[in-house]
Amino acid sequence: MAKTPGGTNREGPRVSRRGLLQGSVASGAAALGNFAGGAAQAQADAQATGSTTPTVSFSINGKTQTATLDARTTLLDYLREDLDLTGTKVGCNHAQCGACTVLIDGARVNSCLTLMATLEGSEVTTIEGISDEGELHPMQQAFIDNDGFQCGYCTPGQIMSAIGCVREGHAGSAPEIREYMSGNLCRCGAYKGIVAAVEQARDQVEEAG
Amino acid sequence: MKSFAYQKPASAQAAVGMVDPMSAAGQGGAFLAGGTTVLDLMKLHVLTPDSLTDVKTLLPAGIEERDGALYVGAGTTMAAAAEHPAFRDRAPALSDALWKAASPQLRNVATLGGNVLQRTRCPYFRDVASACNKREPGSGCAATEGVNRLLAVLGTSEDCIATYAGDWANALILFDTQVEVTGPEGDRTIAFEDLHTLPGDTPAVETTLGDADLITGYLIDLPDWAWRSVYTKVRDRESYAFAVASAAVALDMEEDTIREARIGLGGVATVPWRARAAEDYLAGKTLTEETGLEAGRIAFADARGWGHNDFKIPLGQQTILRGLMEAAALTREGTQ
Repeated sequence: MAKTPGGTNREGPRVSRRGLLQGSVASGAAALGNFAGGAAQAQADAQATGSTTPTVSFSINGKTQTATLDARTTLLDYLREDLDLTGTKVGCNHAQCGACTVLIDGARVNSCLTLMATLEGSEVTTIEGISDEGELHPMQQAFIDNDGFQCGYCTPGQIMSAIGCVREGHAGSAPEIREYMSGNLCRCGAYKGIVAAVEQARDQVEEAG
Repeated sequence: MKSFAYQKPASAQAAVGMVDPMSAAGQGGAFLAGGTTVLDLMKLHVLTPDSLTDVKTLLPAGIEERDGALYVGAGTTMAAAAEHPAFRDRAPALSDALWKAASPQLRNVATLGGNVLQRTRCPYFRDVASACNKREPGSGCAATEGVNRLLAVLGTSEDCIATYAGDWANALILFDTQVEVTGPEGDRTIAFEDLHTLPGDTPAVETTLGDADLITGYLIDLPDWAWRSVYTKVRDRESYAFAVASAAVALDMEEDTIREARIGLGGVATVPWRARAAEDYLAGKTLTEETGLEAGRIAFADARGWGHNDFKIPLGQQTILRGLMEAAALTREGTQ
């Protein structure tokens, strides 16, 4: 599948991937600053009639931002390509593997099938947003303590999904955890450790809410 | 994916006026709610709408009693509905069919309006390089002589053997359900059993909905014995997989005798499938392994295998037996 283009707020054509994007993100941020100046009405008009470059305001890991993006841009692409938040992983890109799992307004979702255009007013939390001033989230620590991974590629998605699993009240037993973590595949087969990690962190995550 | 315009109208009625209907060839506009089918197929270029009209927050969400029936808003997510006491207590098949479908992440966003309209997972429908009468009318069917292990054995035609992929619809079809629809001509209702159409020689036509019609909710008439209902789903893996064969079963029983049985089938048919002949056979019978299997044989009497999927005929028969036994084993106290 062709990768969707990133935000139109970035100046100039994309040249390559992450290394060069560091600079692009900075210029994108500058463009955002300009745009935020008076876009509310234009945004409302555009959405009523339809726009290939909608403008949307949202918060990611507690930081509120506004962007004008190609309508095709998924949350997954935006996080990785525009914000350089590469903790959220691209796996299948079709919501089959769970590597791209993030929380939107507290609920776990596949960011690969989430259009940025639909996120007006939403709060997104990624793997980069769950630790507290350098201290690991209890679920992160539990994955380390229980060898809940080998290669680690699926791990950010597993951890975000595990937090959602506990908050939804579906971490009551090992069989229930297996059922309600089934949206996250692990090619290394670390499932035993993953289930143990969710069981270990369950009480702490429940207390934290 | 192909470029499109995103639009978010102020109401469901306004959305109907804006959607700019999608033609069979996948041009025009499409509604967007959870997006779990539409965006997936857009990434594959199977759907190439010019616009997406976002109705997710415009659709009613929630489940409530209304006029002695159960009203379910089309914007209710699969996750919320699966957990709802009205489903879990009064008709567990409606809850089972949801939590046994998709993944927790998908169920958090997918809505019940879009759920019943989920497109087939036929690999030839999903591959734009293959012949497919559903995706491109007149191009032929690569599945009838292709790798068809997961495709349908009931309700097929020479032009299409694509399986209906959803689960919830196969349970919903057990109960008298009115689908509430808003469209260019205003509001109307469609009996759920009349919503999906057999492929015949027009497999691109899948429902009786008009191009700009939007499902807004369901009114479900649950008999008071619907607590004795299950959704038995056989899959290639234990969780997060489409049904190879599934059976939704509701039983009205007096001791071991069946007053009324209702059976819906999934994974084996081109549309949500009601096995009425098998239901008629079971009325007044004592449920045993023999009568259950006979019901299965009757349900698949007209089935046709296409090679790789021949096994679905005996498997489907056994799945009906298992569903009947699981439903019969439920006790009022045993349900939540």
